[in-house]
Amino acid sequence: MKKKYASFLLASLLSLSTAPAFSQSASDEIAKYREMIAEGNPAELYEMAGEELWKQSAGPKKATLEKCDLGLGPGVVDGASAQLPRYFKDTDRVQDLESRLMTCMETLQGIAQAEVIGGAFAKGIRKNIEAIVAYVVTHSKDMKINVPATHPKEKEMVALGKKMFFFQGGPMDFSCASCHSVKDQRIRLQDLPDLTTQAGAALGWGAWPAYRVSSGEFWTMQRRLNDCFRQQRLPFPIYGSDVTIALSIFMANKGDGGIVQTPGLKR
Amino acid sequence: MNTLYVRYCTTAVLLTCLSLSAQAQTVDAKFEAMLSSGFRAQGIAGLDRLKQDPIQALCSDPDVRNTPTAQKVLIEEQTKAMAAIKPPSDGKYLGSWKAGEAVAQSGRGATWSDTTKAPNGGGCYNCHQISKQEISYGNIGPSLTGYGKTRGTSEAILTYTWNRINNSKAYNACSNMPRMAHFNLLTEQQIKDVMALLLDPESPVNK
Repeated sequence: MKKKYASFLLASLLSLSTAPAFSQSASDEIAKYREMIAEGNPAELYEMAGEELWKQSAGPKKATLEKCDLGLGPGVVDGASAQLPRYFKDTDRVQDLESRLMTCMETLQGIAQAEVIGGAFAKGIRKNIEAIVAYVVTHSKDMKINVPATHPKEKEMVALGKKMFFFQGGPMDFSCASCHSVKDQRIRLQDLPDLTTQAGAALGWGAWPAYRVSSGEFWTMQRRLNDCFRQQRLPFPIYGSDVTIALSIFMANKGDGGIVQTPGLKR
Repeated sequence: MNTLYVRYCTTAVLLTCLSLSAQAQTVDAKFEAMLSSGFRAQGIAGLDRLKQDPIQALCSDPDVRNTPTAQKVLIEEQTKAMAAIKPPSDGKYLGSWKAGEAVAQSGRGATWSDTTKAPNGGGCYNCHQISKQEISYGNIGPSLTGYGKTRGTSEAILTYTWNRINNSKAYNACSNMPRMAHFNLLTEQQIKDVMALLLDPESPVNK
């Protein structure tokens, strides 16, 4: 399986690297690439690893995550990420998939959240979370985004996320809205979804987490947002912080009713 | 970069002046708390970057931005921005278009993964079409292809273009374009080079 992907990816990447000079939009090439590997997104490798990790005893408590409640009851993975972020009574917090996984790992397995928060993407315990994310989000593919944000705490987080979306700062005065509030805009050849509309938000929110061809890695939503903030020239967003969850529920709620296309496949 | 920010007034104070509802103030207080707990400094990207100047604070709120009170403040800010722009120290506006093309191509600089040792780029192609030969351009800003050819190089055009690159907010306080000189993103020489890219008759932009 791995070998098949590797040779296939290499061939596809070579054709990608020569093609853009003749095409008007990088998204044309990406669309072709998506079609080519529609039968097998490399995120599948992460998903398979994630399923094993979900069922494997780990941490000081030597427990699995099979009793983890992602919002639909203990152990329910099907459709779970389509209804996240949401309010959780036990933590009295609105949580996204990754912050919820941290809760489960702490309560069930005894892995301290601080260890995860202080880590780095694609390394150590975070690498495991990324694989588990791939597993969970694959089980919401083609379902409807179901984040109506009816609970008062959810409503409040949507409002805070909206404020963050329009918040300008840093030496370039950028906000999320600088690039994501007008239809059909691009940075270089990269299409930018208009996240202020239902259709745009469904497209943007609905296609992440995704396998990123340019980095050859599976990126969770936390990692996607982290790199947005980096390019916005803001300071470093803390993993699983309310800022990231507020922005996430703002996008998910805006795209409510759209189709989940995770794991996505991105440039 | 850290010392560049002059904090005229805090976001909280500004928005309190402008939004009267108690509910909005609760959201604002929670927002401030969320900001301060949600980020940490990394590399050259310090927490001071979350402190907004009046332009950033007012342009951030689509509901407040177009109110007469906000508009009055924003026009004052434009005037201040215009007054702070320095003309070229030797009186020469145009540098080398070739060097300007390199500045326009580079989108690097000012992120937490950058250092201050390497020069920043202007990132111009991220948002603008410039030379026809470069097909990988963004469309957030207007096309600048043929810029000098269609406008000429009168004193008025030279100063307008200089001012726009130095501080676009001198003309439109909520312009999406970064304030290149105000935040020391580009050096005076780099700005002269970008000027040449746009205005030199020999530049590919004007061919």
